Amino acid sequence: MLGYIPALPFFGFLVLSLGGRFLPRKAVAIIGAGTVVLAALLTMVFGIRWLNDPPVQGAYQQLLWNWFTIGDLSVAVRLRVDALTLVFVFIITFVGALIHIYSTAYMKHDRDYARFFACMNLFVGAMLLLVMADNLVLLYLGWEGVGLCSYLLIGFWYETPANCNAANKAFLVTRIGDTAMLIGLFLLYQKLGTFDIQSILLRSPRQFVAGAHDITLIALLLLAGGMGKSAQIPLQTWLPDAMAGPSPVSALIHAATMVTAGVYLIARMHVLFLLSPQTMAVTALIGGITLFAGGCSAMVQTDIKRVLAYSTISQIGYMFLALGLGAWGAAIFHFFTHAFFKALLFLAAGAVIESLHHEQDIFRMGGLRKRLPLVFYSFVAGAAALAALPFISAGFYSKDPILWYAYSARGGNVLLYLLSLAGAGLTAFYSTRLVLVVFGGVERTPVFEKPARAMNLPLVILAVLAVTVGFIEWPHNLLRLDLFSGFLEGVLPAPVLKGGLPSEGLFQFIAAAVTLLGIYAGYVLYRGRKEVLQKWQRSASIRAVRLFFLSGWGFDILYRTLFVRPFLFVSGIGKPDWLDWLNKGIARVSLALSSLLSVSQNGSLRWYIAGVLIGVLFIITLQLVL
Amino acid sequence: MTPIGANTVLVVAAALFVLGLAAALTRKNIIFILIAVEVMLNASGLAFVAAGAKWHQPDGQVMFLFILAMAAAEISVGLALVLQIYHQHKTLDVEDLKELSD
Repeated sequence: MLGYIPALPFFGFLVLSLGGRFLPRKAVAIIGAGTVVLAALLTMVFGIRWLNDPPVQGAYQQLLWNWFTIGDLSVAVRLRVDALTLVFVFIITFVGALIHIYSTAYMKHDRDYARFFACMNLFVGAMLLLVMADNLVLLYLGWEGVGLCSYLLIGFWYETPANCNAANKAFLVTRIGDTAMLIGLFLLYQKLGTFDIQSILLRSPRQFVAGAHDITLIALLLLAGGMGKSAQIPLQTWLPDAMAGPSPVSALIHAATMVTAGVYLIARMHVLFLLSPQTMAVTALIGGITLFAGGCSAMVQTDIKRVLAYSTISQIGYMFLALGLGAWGAAIFHFFTHAFFKALLFLAAGAVIESLHHEQDIFRMGGLRKRLPLVFYSFVAGAAALAALPFISAGFYSKDPILWYAYSARGGNVLLYLLSLAGAGLTAFYSTRLVLVVFGGVERTPVFEKPARAMNLPLVILAVLAVTVGFIEWPHNLLRLDLFSGFLEGVLPAPVLKGGLPSEGLFQFIAAAVTLLGIYAGYVLYRGRKEVLQKWQRSASIRAVRLFFLSGWGFDILYRTLFVRPFLFVSGIGKPDWLDWLNKGIARVSLALSSLLSVSQNGSLRWYIAGVLIGVLFIITLQLVL
Repeated sequence: MTPIGANTVLVVAAALFVLGLAAALTRKNIIFILIAVEVMLNASGLAFVAAGAKWHQPDGQVMFLFILAMAAAEISVGLALVLQIYHQHKTLDVEDLKELSD
């Protein structure tokens, strides 16, 4: 039964890519969305069976077939589902199914309806393969598969050159991480002689000395792979540009699932990271810096999707921070809630963009609260979860433990805590800004059409979940309810805390206060006293800071001067060397000979007849003479 | 009447062939070129018949029948092409039909 979950989307991809252009739109929608919905239902049945009757070894396995055998290396296509995988499979299929249903209406007028659903199905299949893989080779296949689908879907509207450039950028930047990860996998194979994840996790504590160079190198390389896929500094530059794709793509790939593949990888290989405290510290620091930098950039963006993109970078920063602190469960729980509310935000943003005739600038929106009430309420639910509004939103329950661990876990310190606290304030601020600017105020662009029913349904479901899904896990000092971490207990170890800590309640109070302060600041600046903002806009230094944040901390400019320009310069120098002369010489001689002979092809019938005649005479003469 | 020697016939055939060739080389009109080609075909047919008569073999006459059939086919295709050419270019002058040049 396990095999059918990834097989269904793959089947949909095959049908749609081979026969999609001959099928009517209705059939394409049914196949495209139907396969993923079926996979989601299968996952739910599977999950319910799991909860009623947990497997004895903590995982279900299924061997599908032997992939290849080289020497004594044998790689099988074997699926393995444990609690961690089940969480990911659930999110991928369930959120994926909702997004597919939404897409049937969102992409209604698009010319390449079948191509869109073929790519989306392939993505879901590859992502499922990534998380269900039992060995690292299969995992890497899924890893590259989702990268390919990301590329195809970012460049979905390929007639615009900017979209193609964005797709190329996403592909190339993630490739840096992928290459590092591949080297890491090879090193791991060299040391342990196996790609099987379970035996790697079992054998590495015996094989490696904690904190030694080899394990640190491997862990760092794997981390680099995760950073590329999950858009962490310094490989984050591709994600804001990836918003060139259609909104459902941003919701599915660049918010809910693919960008969290790095989180999955690190959580899956947590034993290796635990063996290397230095890498853990690096992971936490990268997460901390990313969440802060992403929050700053999200604060000043004017494109609704870019705000959400930077906020995704920032939220994945929280996950990396939690991973680096050894709070594996907290990271996965934040992934879990983030998938719901961020997919919701992207889908709601897509609905807004669609109803305003592809308007993405938030300052040309406004007054949509009355015109699109359903989108407004679901967007508010998502934004509240993003801002981690205390007690009533899912984001609070998942972000609060991370803030707590940022100080209290063994790797935690004041710097990380302050970074994550500042990030929480920024998140609350830009969420408020987004809601007020887009939905409040006066109407600036008239509503062109209301979203279809197939778009409203996923919004409602996700909005309900974005509010309620946090209730399955409570901070321990408030209520002893930990369904989620209890579920993951067998797979991921609990975080190790420092001794002599102040009470957790104090930290929660501070976090809640900072969040409310952020919301208040957003309200004051964008609703209450707009003149303050206008005064700031006149100050040159604040404008410079704003531009700096707007450009994503100048990373694009930095990379252009540091890598792209020198590369182009060097390749420009290397262009006219003697090897090129050789190549060009061959081409030139051939051209000269060709133009010499092409004189004879002058189109004159007489010349041709004469040519035939001379040839025949020549042959006959030869016959007679010889 | 004395029978005509095979050599004489071959000389006639060769003369006919050269005449046809000369016409094909010098004429401008495609239809005349086609006629010239017909003449050349018939010259070679005559050579076959003469050679068959000389060695008392039926092959020569069989070959002539072949050439006849082939000439019929060739001329029908050729005339169809000529019609098309005239349709598209409003001319049959080979000097003007040089679009296949390099």
